[in-house]
Amino acid sequence: MANVLVVAELLEGKARKTTLCAVTAAKQIAEGTGGSFDILSIGEGASASAEELAAYGAGKVLKAEIAGGYTNEKYAATVAEAGKGYDVLVACATAYGKDLLPRVAAKLDAGVASDISTVHTDGGKLSYTRPMYAGNVSGTVEITTDKQVVTVRQSEFDAAEASGGASPAEDIAIQSDPAADKVEFLGVEVVKSERPELTDADVVVSGGRALKSEENFANIIEPLVDALGAAMGASRAACDAGYVPPELQVGQTGKVVAPNLYIAIGISGAIQHLAGMKGSKTIVAINKDKEAPIAQVADYFLVADLFDAVPALTDAVKKL
Amino acid sequence: MKILVSIKRVADPDNASKLKVSADGKAVTSEGLEWKMNPFDDWSLEAALRLTENAAEKNARVGEVVLVSIGPNDEHTQRIIREGLAKGAERGILVEAEEGDLDAGVVSSILKAIVDKESPDLVVMGKQAADGDSNVAGTKLAEKLGWPIINYAMTIKTNDDGKTLEVQRELDTGVAALKVSGPAVLTTSDRILHPESVKNGVTPEDHKYAKLEVGGRYASLKGIMQAKKKAIDQMSIGDLGADAGKALNYTKFELPPARSGETTFVEDAADLVDKLHNTAKVI
Repeated sequence: MANVLVVAELLEGKARKTTLCAVTAAKQIAEGTGGSFDILSIGEGASASAEELAAYGAGKVLKAEIAGGYTNEKYAATVAEAGKGYDVLVACATAYGKDLLPRVAAKLDAGVASDISTVHTDGGKLSYTRPMYAGNVSGTVEITTDKQVVTVRQSEFDAAEASGGASPAEDIAIQSDPAADKVEFLGVEVVKSERPELTDADVVVSGGRALKSEENFANIIEPLVDALGAAMGASRAACDAGYVPPELQVGQTGKVVAPNLYIAIGISGAIQHLAGMKGSKTIVAINKDKEAPIAQVADYFLVADLFDAVPALTDAVKKL
Repeated sequence: MKILVSIKRVADPDNASKLKVSADGKAVTSEGLEWKMNPFDDWSLEAALRLTENAAEKNARVGEVVLVSIGPNDEHTQRIIREGLAKGAERGILVEAEEGDLDAGVVSSILKAIVDKESPDLVVMGKQAADGDSNVAGTKLAEKLGWPIINYAMTIKTNDDGKTLEVQRELDTGVAALKVSGPAVLTTSDRILHPESVKNGVTPEDHKYAKLEVGGRYASLKGIMQAKKKAIDQMSIGDLGADAGKALNYTKFELPPARSGETTFVEDAADLVDKLHNTAKVI
């Protein structure tokens, strides 16, 4: 029987949808082992978020209001103290989850299975499958420590639906950590977009180095993105070149996406990029080189100069 | 400023699609693939070298970079350490261990023992190894040391003693700015290779490094010659007295199923829209 604590991720005072993917994994662990799950709402806006998170069937929602910007040093001791009462701690494998949970795990002497894609509960025994080697190998792993810490890949766990009801809320004490005094939070620039979130979109349109400039992203890619109501992504090369901001990077070290439709434009398809998108349902490549590695995963391939083909594609989409 | 940089050997990440799994599913086999320096460690080494040199004076060394690699004590691990030494690091440490005996917890315990011995001002690590893709060891190390960690550093600004650093950290929702008092652990983001990502108070503020597309700097011929004379200390986990208790037990490895279906080459944009709308029904 595993009792699970979900560590919520708050952004600007609200729980991110990533939290609900962690809730789905927590439910699988709890249901498969005959345990239960609670949620910890921590950070600025924890109390308001706790109310929102009370609708997902948790036994209770713990809340720890911590003002100011996030650092793992500031949160980890409080999460670890709360975590003492649980068998498994779960968060989404975002920049937040992957930053915070290993510190919590070290405080609890717990092993970490990061970025898992599947929960197994055969015979009540927990194990996890996780992509390794940029998605070229899947490993199934057991955590042998008393407590287990898990981060989950967002694209592999659907966001939990509100189930009605209201989990009771409980304030928990904030724990201090000397390491927290060594980091001063100076500020954060949160990128805002009217478009769907990359990790959450039904359609993703990504551009690569072949776009050649920021202007071309704006003039060639963005009209197609908007005609499809899609999210915009990019290869590492395009992000590195500054054509688009880094948070749009899709790949082993960027975001992992699995939309219904992924359109790769001017992206050759390095193994590190494929790692972030090959779980997509339908993959389209638009590239001058029909031998480009992206062909290994493409369902449809348009061999063409993107500067001609993409505006034509945008027009054709608009006529649908 | 003294910096410890961990470097791991990994099966050539650019050919990871050629990896195989043993018949019993208990091991990943990388036969035929070359061992390479984990690319994320290579980027971190680049950051550490920039922090400890005067780039305007032919990259004159003004600090010390110590490399540590944990793995089999063989020609491949040694070659990878030599590669880092040839790029400019001062010394190497090789902690002998079998791959199967390691996980992020064990690695962080070994690194803690090295830090206790070496007392660096900073530890700069790859955010993850390109094989395990875990992204855990750096943060566990920081906690075991009681040090702060900045994960996914994209810019680092400090002065030559490295006691306080201003760091921009890449998030999946934007960028955070932090000021950290060392000693500290840093892991780096892809953006750390930018021409102006690192300022150390010695290299002139307006210096721009050459644009690096793939990894850190190449070794110079002189660097390769000098590296042959640099020391690599060899030791065992037992010598260090590190806790070698594993927390993860892999029971099975599998190759993910290949994507089904052939690639359909379409005529033009209109044909593509037709296929996506009427056949795949995704738009």
